[in-house]
Amino acid sequence: MDTTNTTPSPNGHQTTPTRLTGSEILWATLVGEGVTEVFGYPGGAILPAYDALRKFPIRHILVRHEQGAAHMADGYARASGKVGVAIATSGPGATNLVTGIATAMLDSIPMVCVTGQVSSKVLGTDAFQEVDITGVTLPVTKHNFLVNRAEDLAPALRLAFQIAKSGRPGPVLVDITKDAQQATALFDFAAARPAPYRPHPMLKVEDSGLAHAAELIRGAKRPVILAGHGVLQSGAMEQLRTLAERAQIPVALTLLGLGGFPASHPLNLGMMGMHGEAWVNDAIQNADLLIACGMRFDDRVIGTPATYALKAKKIHIEVDPAEINKNIKVDVALVGDLAEVLEQLLPRISSKNQGGRDGSAWIKTIESSKGAVAVRDIKNLPDSGHLYAAHVMHDLWRITGGNAIVVTDVGQHQMWEAQYYHHEHPRTLITSGGLGTMGFALPAAIGAKIACPEKEVWVVAGDGGFQMTSPELATIVQEKLKINIAIINNGYLGMVRQWQEFFYDKNYESTPLVSPDFVKLADAHGIAGLAVRTRPDVETAVAQARSHNGAFLLNFLVEKEDSVYPMIPAGSGLHEMIRRPGKNPLIERSDD
Amino acid sequence: MLHTFVSYVEDKPGVLTRVASLFRRLNLNIISLTVGRSERPGLSRLTLVCEASAEAGHRIRASMFKLENVIDVDDIAGAPSVTRELALIKVAATKHTRSAIFELVEVFRARIVDLAPESLLIEMTGVESKIEGLIQVLTEGDNQILEICRSGKMTMRRGHHTSRVLRAMSQTAESDPEESASQVQQAQEGAVIQPE
Ligand SMILES: Cc1ncc(C[n+]2csc(CCOP(=O)(O)OP(=O)(O)O)c2C)c(N)n1
Ligand SMILES: [Mg+2]
Repeated sequence: MDTTNTTPSPNGHQTTPTRLTGSEILWATLVGEGVTEVFGYPGGAILPAYDALRKFPIRHILVRHEQGAAHMADGYARASGKVGVAIATSGPGATNLVTGIATAMLDSIPMVCVTGQVSSKVLGTDAFQEVDITGVTLPVTKHNFLVNRAEDLAPALRLAFQIAKSGRPGPVLVDITKDAQQATALFDFAAARPAPYRPHPMLKVEDSGLAHAAELIRGAKRPVILAGHGVLQSGAMEQLRTLAERAQIPVALTLLGLGGFPASHPLNLGMMGMHGEAWVNDAIQNADLLIACGMRFDDRVIGTPATYALKAKKIHIEVDPAEINKNIKVDVALVGDLAEVLEQLLPRISSKNQGGRDGSAWIKTIESSKGAVAVRDIKNLPDSGHLYAAHVMHDLWRITGGNAIVVTDVGQHQMWEAQYYHHEHPRTLITSGGLGTMGFALPAAIGAKIACPEKEVWVVAGDGGFQMTSPELATIVQEKLKINIAIINNGYLGMVRQWQEFFYDKNYESTPLVSPDFVKLADAHGIAGLAVRTRPDVETAVAQARSHNGAFLLNFLVEKEDSVYPMIPAGSGLHEMIRRPGKNPLIERSDD
Repeated sequence: MLHTFVSYVEDKPGVLTRVASLFRRLNLNIISLTVGRSERPGLSRLTLVCEASAEAGHRIRASMFKLENVIDVDDIAGAPSVTRELALIKVAATKHTRSAIFELVEVFRARIVDLAPESLLIEMTGVESKIEGLIQVLTEGDNQILEICRSGKMTMRRGHHTSRVLRAMSQTAESDPEESASQVQQAQEGAVIQPE
């Protein structure tokens, strides 16, 4: 088949319909949507699609487990802002995607998953490898489709892309029966265009709301901007920065917001919430105005609504109307795309009308509480022979100049990364925030590297989570990817151990963890590696990994029973932080 | 409090599951749900009643709108409206007891729609309390109720109210899709929160 007449241009200029099989329509539509890479794993019900793949200019990355395919598509989307695509067969292939789909759903990641399905003639008969995957994924997708006719395929796929990336983005699944892949239909990319996107009818940015917000900002003495994932999703970095600078308002970030505002900016406070620095959470608790930008007052961020920022008026700028007043009641809601809303708000904010507030006094107050904490910081203390994860993250940040894409797994190392690797640019921290999915890092990093081949990509994973998806090491080799892997090996499911230490009388039930020799594991895959035990070795090891031509794994054998501080116990208020205990000279004094 | 949502949804397989699943996920019990064809081809109209806090109405409505197959959602909350329910009640009745039942049916403005040697089938439309009233008097009159089938509530606002979303959709159905979308959007932006 000559793909030149059937492969439409992305802007859909082709108008002559061509008769194609459903499988060909699938790939041609993906090409038309601008897809150049997909992550997948074949099987019976998706075999017709795989059979047609080589005719199309799409790179297929063969994964080792379908969960990996979903995380790769997710990492690809987070790194690039484009829609990631994962593909799997029916039944077990489809169910293996589910954790990855839920991960994308909770973090609002644009993703399209394509699954094969048994023939429409046997649908609903418990045929071999039949699973009602649209039923299974209904609550963890933004939308899903079952397509059982070839002619319905292109419109469904195009609509899937539109839904995935519009409004508040999210994953969409398209389940295609085998007979729909095999049948033929007329394919016309342009004609398959979905009806224009219908914005959520409750989006609402009124002049009165903008005026009220501007007035609150003008009158505030202790304002804080809370910046979330929406800053990246909406591409509102510039607008956010202008707002902060013009009105001299400090910015606190959620985990997924890191990178949305430069870490080195003098107004950047750092991360808020459960493992946010004390001065950030204190600033929020003492604020008289919170300006929430593209964040959803998640329970990991607010602690408990009962005591959250009680002195503060709240402005909420958010694209999803269902988030307004969900966890925290707000005074002004501006419901729309963040960048657009800020564009509308900015003309009403001038640096002159800050007369009512001595901005610098508020910032000085925060700065002074920062100074007290900084002296106890682990990374500033002399080397005592212990290797702390904080050292590793700090050195990694220094050596990479804060410019790498860091993809973390879930656990203590994830929080240390967030605390000690300072992100200057958007889309340089890729992490599972909402679902907290262990096993995310390695596959998501593969997706990120494929999306951004010219970028330096680091995996930061725990010894536990790494083992959940480590077979994807083979994918790295097969795809010849230069990815650096840092395992923060503490011999424990560390974050759970920490909770057991704090809240379960140090009953370390089922958290000590035996692991393979990760360097040998890497070696078995043909990946070079090194174990690192002392602080002075960190720098040379990181340098060696970076300069190595090919993937490289560093196994950092860190202090086993270190904990992440500060910590807000689940359900407590932001001011009820657990601080580092004072006895150990290596760690923070309790009066800090 | 009781919330009543009137919604237009696409008439396609699985749409009701999506709506029902949303309420399950929000941990809300659906008290009554009626679905049927509407005046618009391809769109079904549903009336859904659930119990939730007063503040929850906004979020439920916003979440319903997030479902791709949901076209319009109106929160009736206290607005002037007409609510009706249809009930079919089968009562045991012999020659001797029939006339007493006929009387009750008359008083309640219900109708007898089937008469068998040993039973009667009553059709009644009205507000919930009226239907419950009929059931109560039938029971108190020692009539044995054999079957009850109730439709659930159907609600419509009084007056010449039509959501601006729907009006914009019907006005622009013939015109260019890009343009009509922007009109629908304009209508949506201004209107749906406070339908006239
Ligand atoms: C799939 C999955 N299972 C369980 C958990 C619960 N959990 C959160 S953190 C954690 C421990 C992670 O251990 P490790 O990967 O070694 O990282 P560390 O905390 O030690 O840095 C566990 C089990 C989870 N988040 N995800
Ligand atoms: Mg560990």
